[in-house]
Amino acid sequence: MKKSNNNIFKKIADKAYKYGFISNVNTEIIEKGLNEDVIRLISSKKNEPEWLLEFRLQAYRYWLTLEMPDWAHLNIPPIDYQAISYYADPLKKKKNENKEIDPELMKTFDKLGIPLEERLALSNTAVDAVFDSVSVKTTFKEELREKGIIFCSMGEAVQEYPDLVQKYLGSVVNYRDNFFAALNSAVFSDGSFVYIPKGVRCPMELSTYFRINAAQTGQFERTLIVADDDSYVSYLEGCTAPMRDENQLHAAIVEIVVCNNAEVKYSTVQNWYPGDAQGKGGIYNFVTKRGECRGTNSKLSWTQVETGSAITWKYPSCVLRGDNSQGEFYSVALTNNFQQADTGTKMIHLGKNCRSTIISKGISAGQSQNSYRGLVRVAKNADNARNYSQCDSLLLGSKCGAHTFPYMDIHNESAIIEHEATTSKISEEQLFYCNQRGIDTEEAIGLIVNGYAKEVLNKLPMEFAIEAQKLLSVSLEGSVG
Amino acid sequence: MSNEQEYIELFDQNRSLIEEPCAPLLNKARAKAYTSFKAIGFPTKDEEEYRYTDILPILAENYGMNLGRVDAAINPREIFSCDVPNLHTHQEYIVNDTYLARTEESKLPEGVILGSLNSVAAKRPELLAPYYNALAQNGDGVAQFNTTFVQDGLLLYIPRNTQVDTTIQLMNVLRTNVELLSNRRLLIVLEEGAQASMLVCDHTVEKIKSLSVQVVEIFIGRGARLDLYELEETQNENIRLSQLFVRQEADSRFNHTNVTLTNGVTRNSVNVSLVGEGAEVNMNGLAISDKKQHIENNTVVDHVVGRCNSNELYKYILDDESKGVFVGKMLIRKDAQHTASQQTNRNLCLAKSARMYAQPQLEIYADDVKCGHGSTVGQLDENALFYMRQRGIPADEACHLLMFAFAGEVIDAIKLDALRERLHILVEKRFRGELNRCQGCSLCK
Repeated sequence: MKKSNNNIFKKIADKAYKYGFISNVNTEIIEKGLNEDVIRLISSKKNEPEWLLEFRLQAYRYWLTLEMPDWAHLNIPPIDYQAISYYADPLKKKKNENKEIDPELMKTFDKLGIPLEERLALSNTAVDAVFDSVSVKTTFKEELREKGIIFCSMGEAVQEYPDLVQKYLGSVVNYRDNFFAALNSAVFSDGSFVYIPKGVRCPMELSTYFRINAAQTGQFERTLIVADDDSYVSYLEGCTAPMRDENQLHAAIVEIVVCNNAEVKYSTVQNWYPGDAQGKGGIYNFVTKRGECRGTNSKLSWTQVETGSAITWKYPSCVLRGDNSQGEFYSVALTNNFQQADTGTKMIHLGKNCRSTIISKGISAGQSQNSYRGLVRVAKNADNARNYSQCDSLLLGSKCGAHTFPYMDIHNESAIIEHEATTSKISEEQLFYCNQRGIDTEEAIGLIVNGYAKEVLNKLPMEFAIEAQKLLSVSLEGSVG
Repeated sequence: MSNEQEYIELFDQNRSLIEEPCAPLLNKARAKAYTSFKAIGFPTKDEEEYRYTDILPILAENYGMNLGRVDAAINPREIFSCDVPNLHTHQEYIVNDTYLARTEESKLPEGVILGSLNSVAAKRPELLAPYYNALAQNGDGVAQFNTTFVQDGLLLYIPRNTQVDTTIQLMNVLRTNVELLSNRRLLIVLEEGAQASMLVCDHTVEKIKSLSVQVVEIFIGRGARLDLYELEETQNENIRLSQLFVRQEADSRFNHTNVTLTNGVTRNSVNVSLVGEGAEVNMNGLAISDKKQHIENNTVVDHVVGRCNSNELYKYILDDESKGVFVGKMLIRKDAQHTASQQTNRNLCLAKSARMYAQPQLEIYADDVKCGHGSTVGQLDENALFYMRQRGIPADEACHLLMFAFAGEVIDAIKLDALRERLHILVEKRFRGELNRCQGCSLCK
């Protein structure tokens, strides 16, 4: 049976990464390298106020004192930070035409299935499209503004709502947080800015689509979401990049502030180019995502489907500061070929009666390494903390690895913490059962994997869930042997 | 002493004094360990393995070391006897780090060697050469430190197909009137098909700050079986850094139970390497702590080949300001197919300032395996307490009953009946706060 499996998967393996095309867009890319002048240049291009430039420079100076962390279960080839261009702007060349969007750009997003014209757009989803370092267009802005919701690119927010940005930027992820957070704080470019005012329930899904196009650049976007008292928002994030032999760096920061009784749902389908079957090329995805439940009864939920990137280093976290706040983390991480992932979450219980749930499903195939790394910390005064963690790993193939590194630091006697992990492979019986009923092996594996990940996929908004399901099946190509 | 540099100087100054009474086998390993100790030094808190137990301040204290092999002040044989009822054992003593030779004839089966590591290494180096320091040489700075300074220890050698029916009991007695660092060493070799069980008890006499650095190397041959029980019942002033290295051949079995009742700071690391198919290891641990006790159990099970089983169960009951640490790692290598491995860690926190750090880890490189781990931190079940109180059982008593049942899971796995019974009583007394000494021996009374 093994042989036939191999054939099936070889066949599918020939299917290329669907989003690997390169768009021919006039892009202004600044000189490679990183120094204070580059940061000043980025800041001046974005016409930023003085305090923001100062923020960037501080972060940069701090970054210079740091060394790249090596504690993760990853094998990261040395990165030359001087060989990367830190700013690529696809809009700039057409200055005279009032920033009209290059039709080629429109075509690109159409091809990716993200139409930027509102009449064609997915109903009920507002999109902020970020291409390299710049936000190209944000849809449904006006409709949202009527309700008082601010949804725009970070660059725009800095110009139009400097007070809000200044108040919240860096308040959840300090530039001193880690190596990549410092780097991002120094050179960040567009991401999304979302502000949901008091008592407003956002009527549609907000979404950002990130696309890396230019070669030898990195993407360093920054997203900030603030949900004021009694508000609700569901935010989606998607990303792709062209197929290239080089490795490109993506080091983002996402900060979320959740106030009293507010709820934020953050979903990611991460599909950066993972490199080819020989492990050549691909995106290094080193992001810092953290949300703070500041208010009482606040809730933050992370859902992620990680299928892309050559190397993933990502721990979306919840700081449960408000009493009775809730944190959730649902993750499916799939690695194939030579991909490496070290991903998980941190649940930091500070307030009283906080609850957190962690469901992590790892799937490793090919020669990939997939690790779950998570921390549950209950601080001294966090009475009645409750945590449930479950991390399962599925191994497809004998050359891959699945690892679990949970940390539990409990400083309060009233905490109830549970952690469970299992590792296994798809059983021959399950496959046989499917085969028997006329489902071929390829389909059967897709079926079993989807069933295994269902608990997490169910948490995704509808359109994303379907997309994610397809993605899981496609990403598994050539994996069982 | 501030850091390893002072120990290195101490060694340089006293090298001939240390080496003179020792067998060439020990000195040969010493030279090697000295070089690597000099290179790597003591592990710091920055290293993942020592994240929760900072040993540098511990080692920086100014301890005395008995490098001149001055005789111990007591002969425990005269005043010390373990009187666990019906526990019929073959007793050996180590006072501080000196092995006390037996005076009477040994009743052990023919061929079994139980005695001073140093003298056997001098007489029969060919027998011990493949074993001594073979596992500890890959250890961290603490293991290298031990090999650098160790002068004697205990050897247990059981030849092929020999079964030792009597449990061998080793009593580590600390008796000192100065702050003392003792370097203890144990080498256990079970040849093919051999069987033995061993009980190691740690006792202290005086309430004086002392540090024991212990390295135990265990080789379990094909089809052999070893049951090892470790019981620590010392003082709050006592610090114990223990490292256990085990290598198991095919179809061998190793059952390890570690119980910590009273101590100061303890770090037990167990490193089991399963190198033959069909090997099985079962590790159980129980830690009961209050005041400022600090107990870390750090285990690594390395599945090198397939078809091996490993099971771990560690339970902690933490009160007052005590700190419990459990780090368990299961490493399933690429060729270790058909591994079954389960790790369980359950913890009860009884006081607000008690802290628990749990870190159960899986590192898996083979696909056809069944591995799992579970870890919980919680309190006594309110409903169960209520149920008992409803039936007239006072709250205190009800708590004790539940805690007793919680600990029972580990104790009940002990196969030595007399020891199991005694531990049940000890644990119960420990919960009632009545236990200051183990009451097992005349020395403590």
